[in-house]
Amino acid sequence: MKAPIRVLIAKVGLDGHDRGAKVVASALRDAGMEVIYTGLHQSAEQVAATARDEDVDVVGVSSLSGAHMTVLPRVLAALRAAGREDVVLVAGGIIPTDEAQALLEAGVARVFRPGSSTRDIAAFLQEEVARRRGAGAA
Amino acid sequence: MENLVERMQAGDRRALARLMTLAENESPEVPRIFAALRRAPGRAHRLGVTGPPGAGKSTLVGRLIEALRAAGETVGVLAVDPSSPLSGGALLGDRLRMPVLDDPGVFVRSMASRGTPGGLARHSLDLADLLDAFGRDWILIETVGTGQGELEILNEADTTLVVLHPGTGDTVQALKAGLFEVGDLFAVNKADQIGADSLKAELEWAFRLREDRAAPPVRMTSARENRGVGELLVEVRRIRAAREADGQLGAQRQARLARRLRREVELEFADRLAGDPDWTGLLENLARRVMDLEIDRYAARAELIRRLGKTKGATEA
Repeated sequence: MKAPIRVLIAKVGLDGHDRGAKVVASALRDAGMEVIYTGLHQSAEQVAATARDEDVDVVGVSSLSGAHMTVLPRVLAALRAAGREDVVLVAGGIIPTDEAQALLEAGVARVFRPGSSTRDIAAFLQEEVARRRGAGAA
Repeated sequence: MENLVERMQAGDRRALARLMTLAENESPEVPRIFAALRRAPGRAHRLGVTGPPGAGKSTLVGRLIEALRAAGETVGVLAVDPSSPLSGGALLGDRLRMPVLDDPGVFVRSMASRGTPGGLARHSLDLADLLDAFGRDWILIETVGTGQGELEILNEADTTLVVLHPGTGDTVQALKAGLFEVGDLFAVNKADQIGADSLKAELEWAFRLREDRAAPPVRMTSARENRGVGELLVEVRRIRAAREADGQLGAQRQARLARRLRREVELEFADRLAGDPDWTGLLENLARRVMDLEIDRYAARAELIRRLGKTKGATEA
């Protein structure tokens, strides 16, 4: 069964900087993934609803405004409420290491900080999605 | 799987989304899914929305969603974007242009074309069928940006809307075969831009030259400014009502179904042949013999066709 990895790249809240999100979206497309980009100013609930309807494997939240400690727990809760706690949630952006650690403990699969290569992001997602699909999480 | 179908029929969006993925990925479950839905196919009217890239299809679809919701009707949307021929990946950006609706009456799904030509993905029809079974009143199917010859939407939709914008060519373009023949109605979008009036006039002139069928309506819209959308929807509803009233719709759908079955089976056989090492070996062998001037290409072709007639799969499948 052919099953390209489907990814939702989202910007949540008032954060208006989306160049990084677009760079990552393009890189994941070039890595053979189907990437849905929904633009700026989404709410956590909208992200979760889109993740559910589009049946994505991965949600990537880009945060450059410093609101990640508010935004990501909300997205996690909304994903759970939408029945998508199985999604691989990754975060990218300006996130200090101690806060990144707290996010990982809360259920974020990986935090990509400035300087991360898009190749590493794609490789991580391929590996993680394969692992979860293999575990029969479908 | 039956569980997913029942959940979907009960209105569970997660189940619908999962079924769509199974259909899109050609899961072995697919035949059972559609067998389970046989008696409950749905009642939606399918509106295909096509036109060149950048004409404003997604934005206009977004406005149509709003207008249909305002009238209390439920909507399912399939938005197809192209897959990269190099990586196989895709950037699906149609949702970006649609209003963010936290609305149980709207279900939008993005699809990558996955290498299928014609403006749709290979399994767009299956996903449309699932949306129909989910109980939508309308299904809007937005093709990839199309030009001269992508007519696959004809096999999909009850009504086809062609979206154009000024600056995309003169009347000669309109006279060429393609989009201009498939449209049941036309929207000249970006109506505030220079050239919109003359585009409308040229279209209407070109349609008057055709004697085989009545001229399709042409409406001016500005999706961004939400102008003309209500008038466009009135025309869509008029076409829908006319087809439903004169009984054309059933015959049209049956003819479409026959075309679809034929195409699906042809594709299935093409896939089987591509995966058959004997067949590929024969192809390569014959190509070499043509290269060596041993036989000519038509003789090679005749040999292949003879072999096809003997292929076990062709008779047993």
